Amino acid sequence: MSKHNNSVPLEYSTEENDLKIFGFWVFLGAEIVLFATLFTVYFVLVDRTGSGPIGADLFELKPLLIETFLLLTSSFTIGLGVHAMRLGRVKPMIFFYVITLLLGAGFVATEVDEFLHFIHEGATIQTSAFTSSLFTLLGTHGAHVSFGLLWGTAIIIQVVRHGINARTANKAFIFSLYWHFLDVVWIFLFSFIYLKGMM
Amino acid sequence: MTLEILFSPLKEPLILGTAIGILVGGIAMIAGITYFKKWTWLYKNYFTSVDHKKIGIMYIFVALIMLFKGGIEALLMRAQTAVPQNKILDSNHYNEIFTTHGVLMILFVAMPFVIGLMNVAIPLQIGARDVAFPRLNLLSFWLFLVGCALLNISFIIGGSPNAGWTSYFPLAGIEFSPGIQNNYYAWSLQIAGIGTLATGINFVTTIIKMRAPGMTWMKIPMFTWSCLITNVIITFAFPVLTVALVLMTLDRQFGTKFFAMTDGGMDMLWANLFWVWGHPEVYIVILPAFGIFSEVIATFSRKNLFGYGSMVASMVIISLLSFMVWAHHFYTMGHGVLVNGVFSVTTMLIAVPTGVKMFNWLLTMRHGRITFTTPMLYALGFIPIFTIGGVTGVMLAMASADYQYHNTLFLVAHFHYVLIPGTVFGLLAGYHYWWPKMFNFRLNEKIGKVGFWMIVVGFNVTFFPMFILGLNGAARRMYTYSESTGYAPLQMLSFIGALVLVAGFASLVYNIYYSIRYAPRETNGDPWDARSLEWATHSPVPEYNFAIVPQVSQLDEFWYAKKEGRDLHAGKIEDIHMPNNSGAPLWMSVVMGLLTFFFIFNQFMIVIPLAVITLLFMAYRSFEIDEGHHIHAHEVEETERRMRGDR
Repeated sequence: MSKHNNSVPLEYSTEENDLKIFGFWVFLGAEIVLFATLFTVYFVLVDRTGSGPIGADLFELKPLLIETFLLLTSSFTIGLGVHAMRLGRVKPMIFFYVITLLLGAGFVATEVDEFLHFIHEGATIQTSAFTSSLFTLLGTHGAHVSFGLLWGTAIIIQVVRHGINARTANKAFIFSLYWHFLDVVWIFLFSFIYLKGMM
Repeated sequence: MTLEILFSPLKEPLILGTAIGILVGGIAMIAGITYFKKWTWLYKNYFTSVDHKKIGIMYIFVALIMLFKGGIEALLMRAQTAVPQNKILDSNHYNEIFTTHGVLMILFVAMPFVIGLMNVAIPLQIGARDVAFPRLNLLSFWLFLVGCALLNISFIIGGSPNAGWTSYFPLAGIEFSPGIQNNYYAWSLQIAGIGTLATGINFVTTIIKMRAPGMTWMKIPMFTWSCLITNVIITFAFPVLTVALVLMTLDRQFGTKFFAMTDGGMDMLWANLFWVWGHPEVYIVILPAFGIFSEVIATFSRKNLFGYGSMVASMVIISLLSFMVWAHHFYTMGHGVLVNGVFSVTTMLIAVPTGVKMFNWLLTMRHGRITFTTPMLYALGFIPIFTIGGVTGVMLAMASADYQYHNTLFLVAHFHYVLIPGTVFGLLAGYHYWWPKMFNFRLNEKIGKVGFWMIVVGFNVTFFPMFILGLNGAARRMYTYSESTGYAPLQMLSFIGALVLVAGFASLVYNIYYSIRYAPRETNGDPWDARSLEWATHSPVPEYNFAIVPQVSQLDEFWYAKKEGRDLHAGKIEDIHMPNNSGAPLWMSVVMGLLTFFFIFNQFMIVIPLAVITLLFMAYRSFEIDEGHHIHAHEVEETERRMRGDR
């Protein structure tokens, strides 16, 4: 571990940590392009429903509101987790990270249930170009959240074992960036798929 | 799928022969390494090394081998079309060969060669000790190699992709390309593409964050500038390919309807997605070559680069325009006058910044004291030949005229006239130029120059006739033609040119052999009397690159330090922190290679456990505590003394 710098938060404190955070921002840039491409595909195919259902037939308000509530709250709780981390308080930090992951797990469970509802309504990923792009876009986001659950668990275990140090703080902070990013993507999914589809 | 279908490609004598050749060659190589007891050495010093210089050498090694495979495919195509109604290849085999030729040359020759040179030169040019994420860099290499291996085994097991390197739908869809061939296309590109995306992120971070103290934006060497822009393009273009290939996989293996002919699918969506990645991809392989030419021309003209600022600006403009021209690849697919018009204009605009660069290179040479070394010859050859490619590009950019050229050999001639003098000459210039930095001797100049002339002459004889053939209506991707078309004489000429071209490329290999045996070893690190920081350290470069990180106050700092007799390395040597080597990237890539292989064949019961193992590798990385190691000051001093030849 080289060059400690005390004027910045712990997660930035070594050269390596600083590089990792910057590199992760660049990676998020690539992720934005990935989701932008999937959104574009969805917008191109949204009216190409073939003989299958259209969005208004599928989307329901209740699961949507539950998902939105869970995910937006989890973004808030991970923010509290990072705040606790900066104050150097291990227990609250772990508590908020655990809450975050539980909310994320609730989101994934609701989304799975929602997908089963879509399938019950006669919309599978194979039904039409519209449903293919719908499942792929929502599924890619859901897969990211699910991966985040595994990743976040690994980080919580490390914080429990080693406490808050430059290495674990860096990992936890990068994970929080990822989590906020998924929240931002959800806001776009919420607006441009569900709200637009229901109107 | 039965074994008989699996190995059906082997029924063809040509493929059987090649397969046996590869098998014998492979066994000979393995036996040789075992005989000389080099496995441990290779594993420790290369396969698990996170040293950017060694990773670069591995990239270039693979690129050269693939260059020969792609070259033999090209030669087979030229041989098949040399005379009318030829019977060397049947139509399906011809389709497979032009498909893999395209994929190989772009993704498994040009890309690894570019990334290899980037790895070798960039950390040195900016005065860094390594890239930002050394372990990720090694993973990128192995993922690239896995993708490359998948494409290469396809022609033995299951059959090669045969829908063209663009793999347009509906042809590439499951209805018209049943079987698993095109799954190979989707997965080999996917896995190599993920590796490339990681490279992009890695080098963007490296160049922005790890430059030597004092190296502000306008003091960065031009090759590094070109690679920064290239890696930004990689970061923003490759996710589009990732998505496109996922959709292709879903359509082919899971029955979705993205590009289908029924249920609302839209086949044109593939063409758009492919070229939104594909056109920036062209600039990904050309911009680093522009960077290399800038270095080489400045070095061998003994002058600083003319118009540094405009060089940077023009590359930034090219990178922006590269994302705005994709539809010019399919003007004739009917998207209306307005769309064609807009894309026509953006396409022609690219000629402007490219022209600026051309004049800058010419003005750099003006009044210079030019030395005609091999790298300089490639740079000099590039300028007129690339201009032919550029001018025919402007011809093709005119949407209405394109209806005449579309899908003809004119187009084939055009893009070879851009990619060979641009990318290939650039890479060969860089390869000859940086060879003494990778190893401690130069490649033989005489053989290098003979090779250059064979390549230049062979290239023009091969591809110039195609302009004429194309204007006369010869379509691309046709495996044969009749006598009455009158194409025969020029096609034969093109084949003869291809033979010369192959001889030229063979001379590169002979040069490696000859130079290893006979070339005098370099004693100082600066054989060309060059300008940028990579020449300020020893050759071959020690693990830590620079004993003391140089202070930069101007562009071409090393050049001025030499002239003014300053020592860039003044100061006290301290302990140097370096990353540890790791076997994890290699083994994780092996697992991911098996995963994709079984995915290609729809064997999901094997895929799932392999996916779990991949996740375990990630978990291992997350839990691993790796602080790297220190090279102590006295060891550094020891190495420095030895390298300087004090003892």
